[in-house]
Amino acid sequence: MNEKITFTLNGEPISVTTDSDRMLLWVLRTDLNLTGTKFGCGEGFCGACTVLVDNEAIRSCQTSLKDIKGKHVITIEGLSNNGALHPIQQAFVDHDALQCGFCTPGMILNAYSMIIKNPNPSMKDIIENMDDNLCRCGAHNRIVQAIQSAAKIMQGGK
Amino acid sequence: MKMKNDDYMELDFRDNILQFPLNRRDFLKRFCGGLVVLFTIGDAELLAQRGRRDYPSDFNAYLLIGADGRVACLTGKIEMGQGIITSLAQMLADELDVSIDSVDMVMGDTDRSVWDMGTFGSLTTRHFGPYMRKAAAEARAVLIELAAEQLNVAISKLTVEDGIVFEKGNRDRRISYAQLTKGKIIERHVSGDVAIKDKTQYKIMGKSFLRRDALEKVKGEAKYAGDIRLPDMLYAKVLRPPAHDAKLISVDTSKAEKVEGAIVIRENDLIAVLHKHPDIADKARALIKAEYDTPQAKVDEKSIFDYLLNYPSEKEIISQAGDVAQGAKLAAETFETTFYDGYVAHAPMETHTAIVDVKGNKATAWVGTQRPFAAKDSIAEALGFPAEKVHVLTPFVGGGFGGKSPHQQAVEAARLSKITGKPVQVAWNRAEEFFYDTFRPAAVVKIKSGISDSGAIVTWDYQVYFAGDRGAEHFYEIPNYSTSSYNARGAHPFATGPWRAPANNTNTFARESQIDIMAAKAGIDPMEFRLKNLKHEQLLTCLKTAADKFGYTPAKPPSGRGIGIALGIDADTFVATIAQVDVNRDTGHVQVKRVVCAQDMGLCVNPEGAIIQMEGCITMGLGYALTEDIHFEGGHIIDTNFDAYELPRFSWLPQIETVIIDSKDPAAHGGGEPAIITMGGAIANAIYDAIGVRVSQMPMSPERIKAALKNG
Ligand code: FES
Ligand code: FES
Repeated sequence: MNEKITFTLNGEPISVTTDSDRMLLWVLRTDLNLTGTKFGCGEGFCGACTVLVDNEAIRSCQTSLKDIKGKHVITIEGLSNNGALHPIQQAFVDHDALQCGFCTPGMILNAYSMIIKNPNPSMKDIIENMDDNLCRCGAHNRIVQAIQSAAKIMQGGK
Repeated sequence: MKMKNDDYMELDFRDNILQFPLNRRDFLKRFCGGLVVLFTIGDAELLAQRGRRDYPSDFNAYLLIGADGRVACLTGKIEMGQGIITSLAQMLADELDVSIDSVDMVMGDTDRSVWDMGTFGSLTTRHFGPYMRKAAAEARAVLIELAAEQLNVAISKLTVEDGIVFEKGNRDRRISYAQLTKGKIIERHVSGDVAIKDKTQYKIMGKSFLRRDALEKVKGEAKYAGDIRLPDMLYAKVLRPPAHDAKLISVDTSKAEKVEGAIVIRENDLIAVLHKHPDIADKARALIKAEYDTPQAKVDEKSIFDYLLNYPSEKEIISQAGDVAQGAKLAAETFETTFYDGYVAHAPMETHTAIVDVKGNKATAWVGTQRPFAAKDSIAEALGFPAEKVHVLTPFVGGGFGGKSPHQQAVEAARLSKITGKPVQVAWNRAEEFFYDTFRPAAVVKIKSGISDSGAIVTWDYQVYFAGDRGAEHFYEIPNYSTSSYNARGAHPFATGPWRAPANNTNTFARESQIDIMAAKAGIDPMEFRLKNLKHEQLLTCLKTAADKFGYTPAKPPSGRGIGIALGIDADTFVATIAQVDVNRDTGHVQVKRVVCAQDMGLCVNPEGAIIQMEGCITMGLGYALTEDIHFEGGHIIDTNFDAYELPRFSWLPQIETVIIDSKDPAAHGGGEPAIITMGGAIANAIYDAIGVRVSQMPMSPERIKAALKNG
């Protein structure tokens, strides 16, 4: 059913008229041309499509457009602030916490959502929270390090 | 540069490497507008060597100095995570004497980059690297010659820094590369050989640099094939059979055609739904009713090993010495073991994706591929176009590991674009990715070996079936040995192909397990047993270095500590790995706690980049060792997503410690693959050391561990 859905996208109000049962992932990637959100599995198993909805990490391949009506959506494109990298993004760069980079946007946004809720995550917290985000290149080690250091920097105020 | 057979492991899929030799005129046309020097591209025979083309000798093929002083590195290699976007820039900048920041990478662009066979086999640094360094060194020499003429200063008095040639001791007498080239064609080259720099002259190589693509990637700006947007583009979903050997009997697309905006295309075997939204194309595809005739499955993941052993195959003797039968007679103790390894998927996070835009008699394609030049040939063939009418660009590739050597998706997109007249994207979903993946082949290894009273290996009869021979040769001191490899085309029920360090994961697992089996029987610590039977200098250094770092102390196996060692050689790089595991005897779950890996890779261009590759290998290696196994019934692939096919996760992560040996070898060797080969063997040996029973089949899943415990 075509429906006009209004929500906030990376800080800007926006409305999209389309079948509201469509998944947010595809609306972002094709209708809105925001390709930083990736397709990895389409069934909720990999986390490549992670975006923030009201600061909560969700899988956009499993979230329909009508579910985000009136909510705040942040994608990887919206995380940096006027060109300045968010501390998590900076930490990923500084730790070389990526290889092919395909899992990276999802990793960063999932970490963001965790740190917002738990500003001082332990190693165990990080692993638990990140466990369902897959990375085939094996960048895990450095992703954990990047998140640890980003959390410290964010605690000291952004 | 001579390459060994194992570098060219044949790909067992229907995919031709066609011959479209680049002629001299095309070549000049392509590179005019920049610095062009006459060259000899080599005669056709040379190009056809091994049925493949070779790297041209003209340096202009490798680099281009712009009027603005920026230097384009024109490599046919692609970036899929392995980090050559950084290390190739280092090599070029160092030889040319420009800053690394002035280098722009042009990767896998068939109109601009130097021809390349493909990015695989850990060949970029060790094989392509020297060609590119030589090109840069020659360009530098030509530029200095030209500068000497312009400045009227003897060549011997000139030096270069950051792309500026100046008189030693008088920086005012200077001229930049950009001023020299002015964007004009300069037809000159250096007669004779120009030496590349040696280690003492490196300013950029051998130092660690952060990834040059990190910024784009963390911002979500990096473009992969699926991120290319063209006006009027359509997303295509192609009808897929339920099994590789299924034949289409009937098809009804009427429901799909009723979906608003959907276009259904049928051309021979190709049936697809196209739409301006991929998700709607996908829904419409699901509405196609298709009937197939699928033959009864003859084989599955359990029966495959007997099936393969009975399959008529060709034996190739890889190496032998002495007399294995005689050796066995002299042995105090003999051992006979059969090892098994299942099919493993590449499973890159980015599925096979391409977008092709056919306009008139020309095609432009953006393809996620490890072989852009081969993709160009395949697209040209499919469209009936001459190759020069096809331009392939390779955006960032979201992981490959050997799996993105075939490029069926690009051919599909090309055909559909030609039919519709619109740009068409084909992006496989995860089930299609598992279905069409060229799996690492299932394999069997049979080893008969024997030791003397004192624990010296006296005989070694090694036969590997269907894995391939890379890594099959042992490197221990054994007087009598024989190594054979058995292969046959068409043995597998689906396509197989090279998977990160092809064959070597299987071979190293089998060999290093067998070594430990002998050590245990002899009652000798596995480390000491290896030291006793090994004279290989680099491997000894790696082993001792890893042992030091680990804090290894000898103990009679099984020690209960859960420590395992494995050694291996891949892409001329030497590796020693020590792993420590915890095994839960009730659940069969293995947790790898710690992995120490030492590697001698010769010249290491970007140490940090090399370490990242080692870490990636170690982490990825946990998967093939412990869980990854394709389930299938004949040509039907049962695993369609990551719920069934389990990749390594954060919670699996061991403490990883890596050492890169300060090598005496000035040549660069493989970096993207070697450290993965030892993971299966080290973990198998660590499991034995923990629980006293051995699992001789990978993956060493909880079920197999429990079964091994039960059977004692
Ligand atoms: S694409 Fe959404 S979880 Fe994998
Ligand atoms: S960096 Fe390639 S999948 Fe994570």
